[in-house]
Amino acid sequence: MAKVLEGLYYSESHEYVRVEGEYGYIGITDYAQNALGNVVYVDMPEVDDEVEVGEEFGAVESVKAASDLISPVSGTVVDVNEVLGEEPELINKDPYENWIIKVELSDKGDLDNLMDAKAYVAFCEK
Amino acid sequence: MNNRLYGNLIFELSKEGRKGYSLPKNRYNGYEIPKELCRAEEAALPECDELTVVRHYTNLSNNNFGVDTGFYPLGSCTMKYNPKLNEEMAALPQFQNLHPLQPDHTVAGARALTALLERSLCALTGLAHFTFKPYAGAHGELTGLMVIDNYHRSRGDLQRKKVIVPDSAHGTNPASAAVCGLEIVEVKSLSDGTVDLGDLQRIVAEQGAEIAAMMMTNPNTLGLFETHIPEIAKLIHDCGGLMYYDGANLNPMLGACRPGDMGFDVMHINLHKTFSTPHGGGGPGAGPVGVREGLQEFFPVVSPYHGNFGVMMRAYAYILSLGREHVKEVGPLATLNANYIKESLKDVYELPIDTMCCHEFVFDGLKDKSTGVTTMDVAKRLLDYGYHAPTIYFPLLFHESLMIEPTENESKETLDGFIAVMRQIAEEAKTDPELVKSAPHTTPIGRVDDVLAAKHPIVTFRQMKNECSD
Amino acid sequence: MFKYFPPTQEDLQEMMAKVGVNSLDELYAQIPEDIRFRGDYQLPSEMSEMEVRDVFAKLGSQNRQLTCFAGYGVYDHYTPSVIPSLLSRSELLTSYTPYQAEISQGTLHYIFEYQSMMAELTGMDISNASMYDGTTAAAEAMMMCVAAGKKQNKVLVSATVNPKTREVLETYALHHGVELVTIAAADGVTSRQNLEALLAEGGVAGVMVQQPNAYGIVEDYAGFAEACHAQKALFVMDSVAADLAVLKTPGEWGADIAVGDGQSLGIPMQWGGPYVGYMCCTEKLIRKMPGRIVGMTRDNRDQRAFVLTLQAREQHIRRQKATSNICSNQSLMALWVTVYLSLMGKQGMKEAAELSYAGAHYLCDELLKTGRFQLVYDKPFFNEFYVRYDGDADTLYQRFIEGGILGGVRLDDGFLFAVTEKRTKEEIDNLVKMAAL
Repeated sequence: MAKVLEGLYYSESHEYVRVEGEYGYIGITDYAQNALGNVVYVDMPEVDDEVEVGEEFGAVESVKAASDLISPVSGTVVDVNEVLGEEPELINKDPYENWIIKVELSDKGDLDNLMDAKAYVAFCEK
Repeated sequence: MNNRLYGNLIFELSKEGRKGYSLPKNRYNGYEIPKELCRAEEAALPECDELTVVRHYTNLSNNNFGVDTGFYPLGSCTMKYNPKLNEEMAALPQFQNLHPLQPDHTVAGARALTALLERSLCALTGLAHFTFKPYAGAHGELTGLMVIDNYHRSRGDLQRKKVIVPDSAHGTNPASAAVCGLEIVEVKSLSDGTVDLGDLQRIVAEQGAEIAAMMMTNPNTLGLFETHIPEIAKLIHDCGGLMYYDGANLNPMLGACRPGDMGFDVMHINLHKTFSTPHGGGGPGAGPVGVREGLQEFFPVVSPYHGNFGVMMRAYAYILSLGREHVKEVGPLATLNANYIKESLKDVYELPIDTMCCHEFVFDGLKDKSTGVTTMDVAKRLLDYGYHAPTIYFPLLFHESLMIEPTENESKETLDGFIAVMRQIAEEAKTDPELVKSAPHTTPIGRVDDVLAAKHPIVTFRQMKNECSD
Repeated sequence: MFKYFPPTQEDLQEMMAKVGVNSLDELYAQIPEDIRFRGDYQLPSEMSEMEVRDVFAKLGSQNRQLTCFAGYGVYDHYTPSVIPSLLSRSELLTSYTPYQAEISQGTLHYIFEYQSMMAELTGMDISNASMYDGTTAAAEAMMMCVAAGKKQNKVLVSATVNPKTREVLETYALHHGVELVTIAAADGVTSRQNLEALLAEGGVAGVMVQQPNAYGIVEDYAGFAEACHAQKALFVMDSVAADLAVLKTPGEWGADIAVGDGQSLGIPMQWGGPYVGYMCCTEKLIRKMPGRIVGMTRDNRDQRAFVLTLQAREQHIRRQKATSNICSNQSLMALWVTVYLSLMGKQGMKEAAELSYAGAHYLCDELLKTGRFQLVYDKPFFNEFYVRYDGDADTLYQRFIEGGILGGVRLDDGFLFAVTEKRTKEEIDNLVKMAAL
């Protein structure tokens, strides 16, 4: 059973957002990291890049697959999880602790289009 | 076998001051290359004597497996026998030593060969013209899509940027479309593996004016003949699109059906599959593209000269050897071989679609998966028995895909041997699953750590040396 | 019965019984009758080996092998006897792509060696496992620039890049949505001024130049890489592989991507192919590079091993998001080039380059001495040069052919002559004599 955390927002392409004030930490869910297998590389944007809802902002690569990261929200990148450059496997270890980018949200209304934990669990079971 | 000394890397056998070449003496005076044009650091290329080089590559070859070594049931690859006569013809100096820019009257033989090969391919496919510029199958796909795009542009129809592709398609199809600036629209398959006509009608109804083409193989990637191909072709043609045939699965159609008659307008052929040219460890191949009459003016320039002419020569020798009498037997014999294996193993391997196949078919892993033995494990265990594994994990429709294509050159004894071993492995999966899961055991190396290779890529000798000194 | 088809009548009966059909025809019952092909294809009747040999001998006799002084991207270099001999080994010739690493260490080892050697020759960090040829490698580099360029789709291409390469670039650019802009040439070389002006306009993802250029000239690319990088554009250099044994390398010129054809590394001309394209790049571009790549790893018996890696970028996994649609490399031709470089080595490559350089400069001097030829551009060249002829160039070209010589490539009112280590002083003197008539 894939781990799903309460209080986070989830997208249909298996990204999550953890909101802290005006900021959102974005990563991939436990379901996604399990499907990918051992992560060998994370293609991340740079600080000050803009991200847009529904647009790709990077990719996560494993040996057998490469998955685009689709942004669940719009905003500006204020921080990138640099340690994933050296240790991409941290995403497999704990995808919720090891977020990928921190974004200053431009429109909190985007969150209304995402799923909560319960809805995401139901979505995964389909 | 001196693999321990010679089977490593040529750089490790290099010693400064050795030479493996002989060149004529320099009889010109005063023509030194000016220093300011030169590279500062020498290229760290090896320095070996001739025998060392020969031993090294000879020993390397001993770690390889070819069609000449044993059975290669790779679905979708058509690993047929590479006739040695073809090699002899391709090596003829009267062809090898021609510069591609020689004037036409000095290469009449080469031009004639090209024309004769073109005529043969037209006869076999029912199409009217071929270009030989594409260097490989994927290159041919791209070329074919460019023909289609050029055709629509010429008619001023600039909104046709979508290509319909079955959800069972090979990865090169969407990739080629992307390179060509086109978008893929997937059409669903029915549970019997063929194109869902209803879903196709829906797509055409919704997006007909934007459809450039439909791209598919027939038989499809599951080895099944798309019986409704005439209806599919009509649907696409009626909405203004063209039909593209991916020639990867042409082999079983030799003697059965021609893509032109099925309704296809454009196709590519993999000469290294259907026409017996050697795979060479991953190339060179050739992917000539054929079109129906009227589309030849849209051939794009995807390469500068006459194509992989050496490969074309081999294909032509093959066609001449078989002649009209035997080309038509290729399809039926390949199809019989595939169905024979399928019927002989479907009690121990999961056959998701139990019907007559063409030249290949797909198992979805073992019937009995209770011990956790996967398709990967079965594939690796086959190596211990002297067989190359079938294609694994493609098509993506099934989780444990195992695609088997035996080609028409395999004897019944070879097939029976393979069947016996596959049954043996299924048995081992029940009684000694660890043996299968940790296979292979008898090959030069065991399973590799591909996570390490991807996470921390070391792709040159220089990088390797830097790693070691860290 | 046929020599490539094993089944006997007995075999056929047994197998058909197992499959549940009474005839081979029944295997195709699902094919609609009105498209079912019956009867014979319009092909000649089967031929024995002797008859096939005859056909090829007759066709071959209609070709003329000429003493080659033509280049323009394809060169007549010496092929060591070891190469065709080794490559006829069927484990190398008839093997498939090394997806099953355990039984393909032969192929994976030589590709790793190939990658290492191309990286050395070009002075770059990384090489892939090869591409179809130099022109398509250049097209792939163009697309790589645009992919790495985040929404910039303009690529500048020097006017001194070979028109044959340019044609292929334009084909790919048209469909892939790339805007190609020409950097003007001045006096036979790329105009640095024009490059800077075009870069200043912005939106440039990549800049491509050729070395030596299409006229054989060795250009001075000082400052080009810096100018490109200042505008966040990638610098791509297309070079003749053999020349890099001595010439300043793309790496030394600051290139981000080096491409070209490896045909000059002992591959016969074969009227157009198969050749082998190479693509090398800096370490940070490794994941953006198309094509196969072989990497080092360890196996479960803790032995050093090689494997296809970074496959997540490739078409069979990434599909429409792949860096390219390329599936095969030219593996056997990469092996050809690897054996060539192993035999020639550091010293042999230099010697062959020196012979080519000397032969070309000797020919040039001798032609100029006749008083009928003039160097079109007074610039340094390597083993290929462009001269103007004061008479009817077409007539002279024909005379060369009749004398058994492929007298260079006809350009405008002159000739582009190339000389390699294969051309003897006698052959050169003979050409000069013919030219002076």
